[in-house]
Amino acid sequence: MLRNMFRLLSCGAAIALVLLCGSCKNDSQRTVNVVGSTSIQPFAELLAQEYNKKNPVQRIEVQGGGSTAGLQAVTNGLADIGMCSRSLNPDEAQQFSQITLARDGLAIVVNPVNPVKGLTVEQIRGIFSGRIKDWKEVGGQAGPIRLITREEGSGTRESFVHLVMGKENIAHVALTQESNGAVKALVKGDPAAIGYMSLGLVGKELNDVSVDGAEPNAKNVLAGEYKLVRPFLFVTKGTVRPGATKFIDYVLSPEGQKILEAEGLIRAK
Amino acid sequence: MKQDKVISAILLIVALSAISGLALITVFIFKEGLPVILRIGGQQFFLSSKWEPSTGHFGIFSMIVGSMVVTVGAMVIGIIFGLGLAIVLTQFSPPGLAAVIKPTIELLAGIPSVVYGFMGVVTLVPLIREHLGGPGLSVLAASVVLGIMVLPTITSISVDALQAVPRLYFEGSIALGATRWQTTYMVMLKAAKSGIVAAVILGMGRAIGETMAVIMVAGNSLKLPHSILDPVRTLTSNIALEMGYASGDHRQALFATGVTLFVIIMVLNSIALAVSRFRPQRGGVR
Repeated sequence: MLRNMFRLLSCGAAIALVLLCGSCKNDSQRTVNVVGSTSIQPFAELLAQEYNKKNPVQRIEVQGGGSTAGLQAVTNGLADIGMCSRSLNPDEAQQFSQITLARDGLAIVVNPVNPVKGLTVEQIRGIFSGRIKDWKEVGGQAGPIRLITREEGSGTRESFVHLVMGKENIAHVALTQESNGAVKALVKGDPAAIGYMSLGLVGKELNDVSVDGAEPNAKNVLAGEYKLVRPFLFVTKGTVRPGATKFIDYVLSPEGQKILEAEGLIRAK
Repeated sequence: MKQDKVISAILLIVALSAISGLALITVFIFKEGLPVILRIGGQQFFLSSKWEPSTGHFGIFSMIVGSMVVTVGAMVIGIIFGLGLAIVLTQFSPPGLAAVIKPTIELLAGIPSVVYGFMGVVTLVPLIREHLGGPGLSVLAASVVLGIMVLPTITSISVDALQAVPRLYFEGSIALGATRWQTTYMVMLKAAKSGIVAAVILGMGRAIGETMAVIMVAGNSLKLPHSILDPVRTLTSNIALEMGYASGDHRQALFATGVTLFVIIMVLNSIALAVSRFRPQRGGVR
């Protein structure tokens, strides 16, 4: 057993060495690291791709990890830009400078076969706090409601708690998934499931219900009809490298904003 | 002679640095995790199921239970199939077949756990949801996936243990008129007992420690499970799910979860070590 441990540790050391060498090959002057929310990640990747087409020299690397992880990465200097899919709390707002790159609706998603097409915020709160347990209480077919939530610390979860739950807690019975993709896969496969996720990522396989009578779409968000909206933030700290500034400028430019809108997000202003 | 001394000194340093890595990990986990357990109080931490980091509640009881039930389920599956396979391979199959099947089973150990998890989500979870009810992500799904993952550990160590039983025992038993199965059941399994127990405990350690596959198929809900179709969160998934975000007390509470896991696995490994060293002295065969 001890020998196994040795083997493991030496393997680990070897891997660490390889990784170190891999990273020292990258010219750190050229790569801009963008780290954070898995909700923003796919959009940032797309923007980085488009940006790289025009500026082949400047490499943009996008990584997930979660909103709070993104903030930590910026604090440690591991990332140039953090992605955060929730409003910063007052404490964080003092530490970081933030740029809203877009806004995103928070969609409440159910399986397409579910007859429920609309819910009120009050009902959603009841469902997620565990007070409403059966679909027939909100106009669906009788049967237990299966809650799907995100893990503690996720930007999507914190926005949901902030916008919907208020002071109430999400019921302990809720299934916890660690990404938008996992929530999506689960709701897609389970007729009794309900979850919440980024509106831009819902796609055609799920049904996003209307909230308080307003369909979740860009028009209703801009008009202020659809209430479940959160900001997508780029977060930086201290002086920002020119390469990173250029990328941020690109994202805020009409061209960058157009890409985001085409993907289902809502422009920043 | 001098060369010998130099080399042995270098090897000693290498060996010690490997151990000191282990020691550092231990010290670090305990340093980060213990204070929060002491502050919250053992009873609050270990015996409450209320885990709400945002409001400062850290109770890991449901996760301890989660880890236990998932592991027990995995061991039931792992022991039935793993030990069964080991018996067939050593006692009832031509040696050529065993030479092919054993390395194949050992290959299972090389498959990354995320692949097991993915297979579980794609195939097993919908099956459970449609045919047995519940959300599909469940104790059962996690147990089956983990049961398959511990097969290589249990099978290969059990095979080694059974093969190490002296040929004399087997021949003696057959000569006394016992059938093959009677020989296996009454002589071989008993003689190989310590090795088999070690195999099971090592498999158990792997099952408790597995993270990725469990996150994907267990559902990670915080409620105490009431049936094997209910979702659970294990100690490992709790750490992996929330570590990326946690800071302050929450982070320390996750380290404390790690301390709990560390102690459980240390106890299991010590038992395995003790059992595998223990050689029953049953007089007079040799």
